[in-house]
Amino acid sequence: MSESGHNSALLEVEDLKVQFKLKRESLLSAQPILHAVDGVSFIIDRGKTLGLVGESGCGKSTSGLALLGLVTPSHGKLLFDGIDLSSLKAEQMFPIRKRMQIIFQDPYSSLNPRQTAGDIVSEPLTIHQVGMLGERKERVSELFAMVGLRQNQKELYPHQFSGGQRQRICIARALALNPEFIVCDEPVSALDVAIQAQVLNLLCKLQDELDLTYLFISHDLAVIQHVCDEIAVMYLGTIVEKTTRRQLFNEPRHPYTKALLSAVLQNQESKRTERIRLVGDIPNPINKPTGCRFHTRCRYAEDVCRSVEPKLAEKYPGHWEACHFETE
Amino acid sequence: MSAVLDRQEISVLSVEGLTVDFDVKGRSVNILSEVSFDLKSGETLGIIGESGCGKSMTALALLRMIPSPPGRITGGKVLLNDEDLLKATKNRISSIRGKEISMIFQEPMTSLNPVYTVGNQIVETIRRHKLISRSKALEEAVELLRMVQIPAPDRRISEYPHQLSGGMRQRVMIAMALACSPQVLIADEPTTALDVTVQAQIFDLLKEIQEQNGTSIILITHDFSAVTEMADRVLVMYAGHKIEEGTLGQITDEAKHPYTRGLLRSMPEIKSDPNEYREPLPEIPGAVPDLINRQEGCPFGPRCSFAMAKCLQMPQSYALGENRSVKCWLTQQENAA
Repeated sequence: MSESGHNSALLEVEDLKVQFKLKRESLLSAQPILHAVDGVSFIIDRGKTLGLVGESGCGKSTSGLALLGLVTPSHGKLLFDGIDLSSLKAEQMFPIRKRMQIIFQDPYSSLNPRQTAGDIVSEPLTIHQVGMLGERKERVSELFAMVGLRQNQKELYPHQFSGGQRQRICIARALALNPEFIVCDEPVSALDVAIQAQVLNLLCKLQDELDLTYLFISHDLAVIQHVCDEIAVMYLGTIVEKTTRRQLFNEPRHPYTKALLSAVLQNQESKRTERIRLVGDIPNPINKPTGCRFHTRCRYAEDVCRSVEPKLAEKYPGHWEACHFETE
Repeated sequence: MSAVLDRQEISVLSVEGLTVDFDVKGRSVNILSEVSFDLKSGETLGIIGESGCGKSMTALALLRMIPSPPGRITGGKVLLNDEDLLKATKNRISSIRGKEISMIFQEPMTSLNPVYTVGNQIVETIRRHKLISRSKALEEAVELLRMVQIPAPDRRISEYPHQLSGGMRQRVMIAMALACSPQVLIADEPTTALDVTVQAQIFDLLKEIQEQNGTSIILITHDFSAVTEMADRVLVMYAGHKIEEGTLGQITDEAKHPYTRGLLRSMPEIKSDPNEYREPLPEIPGAVPDLINRQEGCPFGPRCSFAMAKCLQMPQSYALGENRSVKCWLTQQENAA
């Protein structure tokens, strides 16, 4: 609520770690631990969009869930508008949940098939006891108009909608409580290309109109480039590079980012630069490699990469990278 | 010299007027409507379209794998080296599946059997079509795994699908599909379930195999970038119709059908110099039509910005040269003018 709170950081994440304990192989063996998110820090400014990009299993979705308290972080500091979320009890967290929402990837499994679209959108209002019944109904109508659904669709059930329309219901539900911050977890990955464009345009329009702050999680660099102001590239639970959109696409630094960019199949007209092909798969996050996590697939890897883990450092104003070497 | 030319011109698979209907609640619903194309030896044909447009159904119909009932192939011909597969006997078709034409599916986890080792499953495919001993087949299986670049193939062969990563499983699927060196490989969204870096590896592998064996590939996808990466020629499908066909260059640079053009424009594309401002993507309004209540006329009509009165009738397919056709009234007008 302070003066400085305005027009600056809405969300600050410092050294976030999420660990999942797995089943022991035998009674006496040590309990294996999966380090899903392993020391992630970032700041999102009000009204801006931070993109988290990476391959599956790199911890991007888990980071998003941890921000909302949907998984419990094992370490780290989460500041939302100056409030430390990690120290809050469940009942103290409740009013704050109103201000942060999430849109999931799969609009098929994230909607209750036995509720009508109208009920789904008004449920957050009921839970948080916003307004009287009439006011809630009015708000639902307003939300339906906002996301481009027809008023007479309120009585329909999720299976009567197409994928794009279902995602619109999810967006309406997320907007119901006038949140400031929305985690968009792969919101268009399950949709067809022609519908992707509709939903992306809607998300951008809503952000401009309602001054929303987004954490946008996606594996698709083209989508990330389209919507994000700042981008963090994740690999095996850590951020390996973080900078503005322009900087990342013009001058990628980290070998992984470069490989990721060159792996994205480009259209013919665009210049065919040398393809960087990564060998192998992402290593197992239970037994992650020592030193730099990327060294098993990196073509520049040297001895130091195998033993010492590089820290995320500001190599160039506003351009953070975790690598031992300077890129030319 | 002429032999080389001939080989390229030979069409391995030729599909004529393939039509598929499904019985839904006592009504016959048209799913595929007179789809025709040729596949030449050693080329890659990309079939692109949104979900539900009939692209996977085309692939299944080729091998007569449409669940029946409710599905029925109601018309057309599928000629594999001049033999009509739609008229072939059951025994004949099952000896063609996996041997002459094989298939790679989208989700490698669900298309491999979780309770058999990888080796078992490949050996089964080999011995289904070749009269060789188990140990000989196992040797071949190891060789196949080596060909699809699986590290330590003699160890991997005795592992179960759940022990492999997504990319590895897809490689196993490819190895199985290639077991009998088929002439035609149908890849139904082979990389949709995979990460981008792994996706690039799989495409490289497919191209390498194609170069070595001269396999013809039908690549079915909803991802235009996959098509630009792999295909020589492209078929665009919408609501069960083939609406445009052409070479890759013709489709990317001179697309004629409003749907193809809309599809191309609506894709966010990585630009080397991104603008500071995010401009709205051009979108195609509306959604794909409901096939159960099919309206008369062009299926794209209700979403098309060029729609005119004529579009209430179904346009025919206009040929604009060899293997280049567009199903749109606009093209007819252009041709007439």
